[in-house]
Amino acid sequence: MAATSQDLARGGAGDASIRVRGVVKRFDDVCALDGVDLEAETGSVLGLLGPNGAGKTTAVRVMTTLLKPDAGEIRVAGIDALRQAAELRERIGLAGQYAAVDENLTGAENLTMVGRLYGMPRAGARARAAELLERFDLTEAGGRPARGYSGGMRRRLDLAAALVARPPVLFLDEPTTGLDPRSRLALWGTIERLVAEGTTVLLTTQYLDEADRLADRIAVIDHGAVIADGTSNELKDRVGGERLEIHLSDAAQAAAVGDALAPMAAEAPFSEDGVVKLAVKQRTGAIVEAVRRLDEAGVGVDDVGLKRPTLDDVFLTLTGHAAEHAGDEAAEDNR
Amino acid sequence: MRRLVSDTLVIAERNLVRLPRSPDLLLAFTVQPIMFVLLFVYVFGGAISTPGYAYVDFLIPGIIVQNIAFGGFVTALGLNEDLHKGLIDRFRSLPMARPAVLAGRTLADVVTNSLSICVLVVTGLIIGFDFSAGVGDVIGGFGVLLLFGYAFSWVFALLGLLVNSPESANSLGFIAVFPLTFISSAFVPVQSMPEALRWFAENLNPFTVVVDAMRALWLGAPAGNSVWGAVAWSLGILAVFAPLAVRRYRHAAGGR
Repeated sequence: MAATSQDLARGGAGDASIRVRGVVKRFDDVCALDGVDLEAETGSVLGLLGPNGAGKTTAVRVMTTLLKPDAGEIRVAGIDALRQAAELRERIGLAGQYAAVDENLTGAENLTMVGRLYGMPRAGARARAAELLERFDLTEAGGRPARGYSGGMRRRLDLAAALVARPPVLFLDEPTTGLDPRSRLALWGTIERLVAEGTTVLLTTQYLDEADRLADRIAVIDHGAVIADGTSNELKDRVGGERLEIHLSDAAQAAAVGDALAPMAAEAPFSEDGVVKLAVKQRTGAIVEAVRRLDEAGVGVDDVGLKRPTLDDVFLTLTGHAAEHAGDEAAEDNR
Repeated sequence: MRRLVSDTLVIAERNLVRLPRSPDLLLAFTVQPIMFVLLFVYVFGGAISTPGYAYVDFLIPGIIVQNIAFGGFVTALGLNEDLHKGLIDRFRSLPMARPAVLAGRTLADVVTNSLSICVLVVTGLIIGFDFSAGVGDVIGGFGVLLLFGYAFSWVFALLGLLVNSPESANSLGFIAVFPLTFISSAFVPVQSMPEALRWFAENLNPFTVVVDAMRALWLGAPAGNSVWGAVAWSLGILAVFAPLAVRRYRHAAGGR
């Protein structure tokens, strides 16, 4: 899409911690990445949003030197990911989709092992492990094998492992998939603190609220290509203006709403379960006018409000299909 | 090179630290081999004629070789698990020496193999096994066992990287290795086998060579070329399977 290259040109090119240009990756006859461009400024969060199988994980694997792309350029933290892969590995952290911890090792042993594999001496690695356990609220559990950890604890340990070498750039592949809401919120808080400390984060997610909350910029990816790119607000603007959301007393009157409000609608209304959503031509006075018209038409209303479009709306508009939550997680595992 | 050594040691340590925490693995290394020794000696032993040797003397070198060959299973299962649980991704995203993941695994096997050799030798000594050879030869026998076990660890490393699940690693490895160990001189004299099996056991099966080498080194049996043959087979297996496993590791971890 044309907007993609415009958005890229706008971002200060010299300042980018992640810069990906025209990356193509094929598996046999499947084109997993079909000319992907991405850019994240230092200290920002880039959200890679897309359904399962869109190519998010492949993109992360290519950027973290786990996969060689068939074409394209990748620079991360100023390092060429293709020619200087070994140097790059010193400067990135990766927390994967499945918490990659050794279940038979304790939390402390896991982190110490990672530290030593970064080349730290044993004592240094132990000290760093203790520091991270403390930070991620795992000190108490640190002496127990990770097998007994809850999902949230594993994710925290996995994230801690990614941070052992204090990498300036962090890749998080669906960090909260499968977590309960409380652990999810806690992990969001942790990620926000990391960003506040200056870490650049690339985060893939299939959760719109997650991208909305964490990401400074969002790249929407579908079928291996970036189909839109911008801030959350820019993307929402792209889908058009605000939506009038009307909760009906009687769901059967949905059709009557469409008729009554037709003069002020920018496009055809969408109704579901007694809630009618309607993009309006003009924001000012819309609520008052809607209430008046509905009252005249004899439609009973429980609640009326003006809502900004959600990323769900964005996704629906851009891809022609709704974002898929949960469900078929195996799709993208097929590596 | 220094990184390769230190990373290999870190990975080996990782694989050993977990051992005491997996009771099933510990059982596989200790109780299970003892059980087989006892079953063979006291159940089959009386029915198997081993001219020149008491059956326990005949059996111990054979059953140790069989055990050592299966020692690599830990590597197959462990690598397969690492691959599917994303640990290999983590390792590959670290600035570590790449071959260390495999080298550390197989090095850990040497330690567990030593453990199971000791368990079996001690069991054998208790029920009447006797070394009838010089100290040098006995030590040489341990060397041959560890080398052969190390070579087989690489076979299992490749297997673990090729298959889709630990279950298939288990059954494939079992199907491939179990008959090989039985159609050899490990449990019965090959002279008692039908012609075709005997020919296979004597001419094609590395297990016969290694078992014969062990009997030469520990019991003073006529060695022929078996000791050098055992070393050559081990080095040959290493030379073929180690590069294949490393290649497969690059490939598997690189995503198809």
